[in-house]
Amino acid sequence: MSTLAALADMDRLTSGEVLVAQNVAFAVMAITMVVSALRMVTTRNVVHAALYLVVVLSGVAGIFILLGAEFVGVTQVMVYIGAIVVLFLFGIMLTKGSFGDDDGVSGERRLMAGLVGLLVFGVMTAALVDSFADAELARLAPSTTAEIADSIFSAYIVPFEAVSVLLLAALIGAIVVARRD
Amino acid sequence: MLLNQFLILSAVLFSIGVYGVLARRNGVLVLMSIELILNAVNINLVAFGAFRASVGGEVFALFVIAVAAAEVGVGLAMVLLLYRNRRSIDLTLIDQLRG
Repeated sequence: MSTLAALADMDRLTSGEVLVAQNVAFAVMAITMVVSALRMVTTRNVVHAALYLVVVLSGVAGIFILLGAEFVGVTQVMVYIGAIVVLFLFGIMLTKGSFGDDDGVSGERRLMAGLVGLLVFGVMTAALVDSFADAELARLAPSTTAEIADSIFSAYIVPFEAVSVLLLAALIGAIVVARRD
Repeated sequence: MLLNQFLILSAVLFSIGVYGVLARRNGVLVLMSIELILNAVNINLVAFGAFRASVGGEVFALFVIAVAAAEVGVGLAMVLLLYRNRRSIDLTLIDQLRG
């Protein structure tokens, strides 16, 4: 019975108030992510950069949930914020002695990198605005984990197995590379 | 919600990541910027998946997350090896192959 009620509520996902709430949530997350990403690539303290990366990754998880991709959002939190950022912090700590502050980036290098970044952004934005001028998102109902599992274990079973082998190879490779012999 | 708002957010994050890869000298920070780029790609994939009402985009985003985890493992192992051999992870100092 509650499932039927929930299905009836699905219409409200496209109503005006929800749309406004979604857009406000999007704006807050987008501004936070862009500011944190800019701070991440410009801050001198490497540990602060890792913490700004956490903010950006949390924002990406929020965007996933806003797009109705709950499973990907939760995976993002677990894999990125739970594992990869910890790996980064260990990498920073193990190499800290050499590079406490990452300053002294020459002005010319920074200028050229900024120009390349602006150029990439300009080209991509022009192409996107040209192609998808005001395309609306078709589906706002969240996709279930069962759908994703069905898809992975039927249509995408070969890439899935390939990723398993890749992870094993990366594990062995990392141990071999970092081993002290 | 428009599709373009997600795609342009993704383009902004991608460009910031490109700037980070090109401008920073610290090996760990370059790896972090690569993660930023991969996350921008993931936003794109999930947004297109929602646009086309298929779960394919989400499945590809999951694959990208798995590959990113593998990449960070190997990349940080290489940075550690670099630190052990050179006592520095400044990428501008690694120019032995320069002619």
